[in-house]
Amino acid sequence: MTKQEALFEFLLRKADDSLILGHRLSEWCGHGPILEEDIALTNISLDLIGQATELYKYAAEVEDKGRTEDDLAFLRIEREYKNVLLVEQLNGDFGKTIVRQFFFDHFEHLLYEGLMNSKDERISAIATKTIKEVKYHLRHSSEWIIRLGDGTEESHDRVQASVKDLSRFINELFYQDEVEEILIKEGIIPDVKEFRVAFENNIEKILEEATLKLPEEKWQLTGGRKGVHSEHLGYLLAELQYMQRTYPGMEW
Amino acid sequence: MSKKEWPLWEVFIRSKQGLSHKHAGSLRAPDEEMAINNARDVYTRRSEGVSIWVVESKNVVASDPSEAGPMFEPANSKIYRHPTFYEVPEGIKHM
Repeated sequence: MTKQEALFEFLLRKADDSLILGHRLSEWCGHGPILEEDIALTNISLDLIGQATELYKYAAEVEDKGRTEDDLAFLRIEREYKNVLLVEQLNGDFGKTIVRQFFFDHFEHLLYEGLMNSKDERISAIATKTIKEVKYHLRHSSEWIIRLGDGTEESHDRVQASVKDLSRFINELFYQDEVEEILIKEGIIPDVKEFRVAFENNIEKILEEATLKLPEEKWQLTGGRKGVHSEHLGYLLAELQYMQRTYPGMEW
Repeated sequence: MSKKEWPLWEVFIRSKQGLSHKHAGSLRAPDEEMAINNARDVYTRRSEGVSIWVVESKNVVASDPSEAGPMFEPANSKIYRHPTFYEVPEGIKHM
């Protein structure tokens, strides 16, 4: 694998993470538990879709085969999407959406801090812009974890069940293969292994304040980075791609 | 499930050019920290501000509308309170 191929694959992985989670959050539009939260979730959704746009643009340039960011976002088949399984999981109740966001935001925060020091100037510039958004997402999801966990008996039990359910996808956030190895060597991306402990300390500190616990069970799911997804992604893509597939090249 | 409503908060935003915080509207939030977060999301998403104040609505003391006569009308007949009886010399700018 060449450095160029590795860079393309990495950009695609991160762009897909942002796009798929952004789409999931957009499903809350008009369905938020309260008006204020409806707006908050769709703001975060738009941030993520904006990040995806920047990453797809750069990916298309790196690939240099005439594809655009729209081609990458809308015209690939399911097996070609490389997002982690966590982001495609169903919204569930509001608490579950927040738990999914909480794990993701804590990972993204550490990753993008590292990417700000990338030797690749474009990635460093994207990261410098993105980190501000991620810091707010992190604050939003962490505050909610504390309030839902340490809230009523019902909110505690529901959010605890989601922590147990979604913690199976944490390990995959730290997935690495040849792609990451090449880019770490080139100084383009940080080695996520180095902040695994910080990640766990950060989330455990907040979970403790929220009177929540990560499960003892360590069984973990993986596959997203290789394009092997859960059943939920296909349905999401059908909705995401419908317009471009039905009216090819459509613009508005 | 509890149906208790969250308290109401008044939101004040200071814009980039503005010197003072201006009332932007109100919203509901469970506590002060979430009120700031919600205010950020609801009232500054189009770059309206650089600073936010929130005050729980119950802490705002308002004048009584039925007292508007005694409160405000006596000022109407006292035009000499307006600084309009001076001649501004030519050449004075920014008045």
